[in-house]
Amino acid sequence: MQAFGLFNYWVVVLLMMTGLYIVTASPNLIKKIIGLNIFQTSVFILYITIGKVSFGTAPILVDGVSRYSNPLPHVLILTAIVVGVATTALGLALVVRIHSAYGSINESELQNEDAADS
Amino acid sequence: MIREQLAVLQVVIPLLAAPCCVLLHRARWAWWLAVAVSIACLAIAIALTAQVSAHGAITYLLGGWAAPWGIEYRIDELSAFILIVVSTINLVTILYAGRSVEQEIDPDRIYLFYTGWILSLTGLLGIAVTGDVFNLFVFLEISSLSSYLLVGLGRDRRCLTAAFQYLVLGTIGATFILIGVGLLYMMTGTLNMADLAARIPAVADTRTVVVALAFFSIGIAIKVALFPLHMWLPNAYTYAPSAVSAFLAGTATKVGVYMLLRIALTVFGVRFSFGDISLQHVLLVMAVLAMVSGSVMAIYQRNVKRVLAYSSVAQIGYMVLGIGLASATGIAASVLHIFNHALMKTALFMVLGAIFYRIGSVALEDLHGIAKRMPWTMAAFVAGGLSIIGVPLTVGFISKWYLLVAAAQQGWWWLAAVILISSLIAVVYIWRIVEAAYFKPLSNAAQDAVEAPLGLLLPTWALVALNVYFGVDATWTASIASRIAVALLGTPG
Repeated sequence: MQAFGLFNYWVVVLLMMTGLYIVTASPNLIKKIIGLNIFQTSVFILYITIGKVSFGTAPILVDGVSRYSNPLPHVLILTAIVVGVATTALGLALVVRIHSAYGSINESELQNEDAADS
Repeated sequence: MIREQLAVLQVVIPLLAAPCCVLLHRARWAWWLAVAVSIACLAIAIALTAQVSAHGAITYLLGGWAAPWGIEYRIDELSAFILIVVSTINLVTILYAGRSVEQEIDPDRIYLFYTGWILSLTGLLGIAVTGDVFNLFVFLEISSLSSYLLVGLGRDRRCLTAAFQYLVLGTIGATFILIGVGLLYMMTGTLNMADLAARIPAVADTRTVVVALAFFSIGIAIKVALFPLHMWLPNAYTYAPSAVSAFLAGTATKVGVYMLLRIALTVFGVRFSFGDISLQHVLLVMAVLAMVSGSVMAIYQRNVKRVLAYSSVAQIGYMVLGIGLASATGIAASVLHIFNHALMKTALFMVLGAIFYRIGSVALEDLHGIAKRMPWTMAAFVAGGLSIIGVPLTVGFISKWYLLVAAAQQGWWWLAAVILISSLIAVVYIWRIVEAAYFKPLSNAAQDAVEAPLGLLLPTWALVALNVYFGVDATWTASIASRIAVALLGTPG
């Protein structure tokens, strides 16, 4: 039962590790950004899970309901999602410029070109 | 009336100026706006420091919402000190950027460059004033996102890959900090730093709080570029536009060290961080490795900007070493070195920017004999270099002296030896550059060089003068650093 109750947290850890693995292992810069996104998404799920109160409903005042889930983590994570979108946009913009400057978005090819330069 | 609003104006003025900068659109006007904002920020920082030292810490409630629910800005002596460091370095580098940027950035992008710069300043100042951990994360991301942009605006295409690497690592670091914030909220139900500090001791023995500190420490260590998490720093500083290297070297990592002090000591508390968890041992090991390996790496670089970047890795080691010593003198040394290193490293990066302005290169072989053509510029380099080494009468000596005293108080003579060895290695890498510039025959690149324009020389020498001034008379900086250290450590135990 305990393990099942922690289901969300297992998902968080799984997604976090998947994301980090893609960031480090993939040589493709776009895939790195996708990995970064998965990594950030895992944290969003962590926050939303924290906000859940057992047997609580959505935090809207209704007669006969006295137990509500905590809305604050959702608000916080909205901000973090915005930050994530900005990061992704900037990252992709950099990839576009890297592609036009180097003609490649493969990390090892970029390193070879830099080594040839210097 | 306005005196009570200073805390929020410190952040709001640059934040509102950034979109105005886009609207102005003309490079020159954007620069003038940035200069005006920088002067205003420094004036506010000085006024806040005066208020804090006269009446104690300032509390400002955003929108009038009471503290644990609303966002609270809280400025104590440490925050005020960081505000002074950031806004001073910012003003000097923005004055310098006026000339330096003309050559290094496409003219039609310059207004965007200043927009990014002012946003970065907003974030850095915001980190120092806020008393709310989630707000700290938001400001951190504001400053980081805009600094990725600034690094990526250089002419050399390698700045793009440097900026991308910085973005990936910086985002991982910031997300780690976000996880730490979430775990703390989970255990305490609050985000306010003072409130957290009061509630953490009750849950200090849970695994969640320990893990939260771990996430915070690693996240901040990436942002500070603490060895071995410094991989983004050398490329970012080397390929960024010269003015940006000078600005980031003097502010971004310093604010990172501030976050480390604030989170570890104010939020988690001395008893938890230094007592239960012994964070200081981890920091000590990383700091010693950073001091030695950063200095050694600096010797083998051909690009002089990269020499300074690796030297920064070593100097960040000194700052963290002070925290790792976990004593009042150690933390005072760390706070002092934040200020002192900002003065010297920014001046050195500005010298390289001036050389780049004239000869278009900062490779060591192109600098041969440059002192004959640019004597004032290179004299500033020598003064800054002496400060990095830690020669008496420069600020570098003051911070190293405090570190040595702190090491001696613990009876760790091996550590004093490591500090001295690292300084001796600094002599080697600074001397390599000085020797090339003064004693080698003139290189082809430097044949037609003339002295740097006053617009670059004056800000550089202003910092060099501060370097010497605070090296000779350190009473103000040393007394404020000791008070900050005592306040952070609270009652020993």
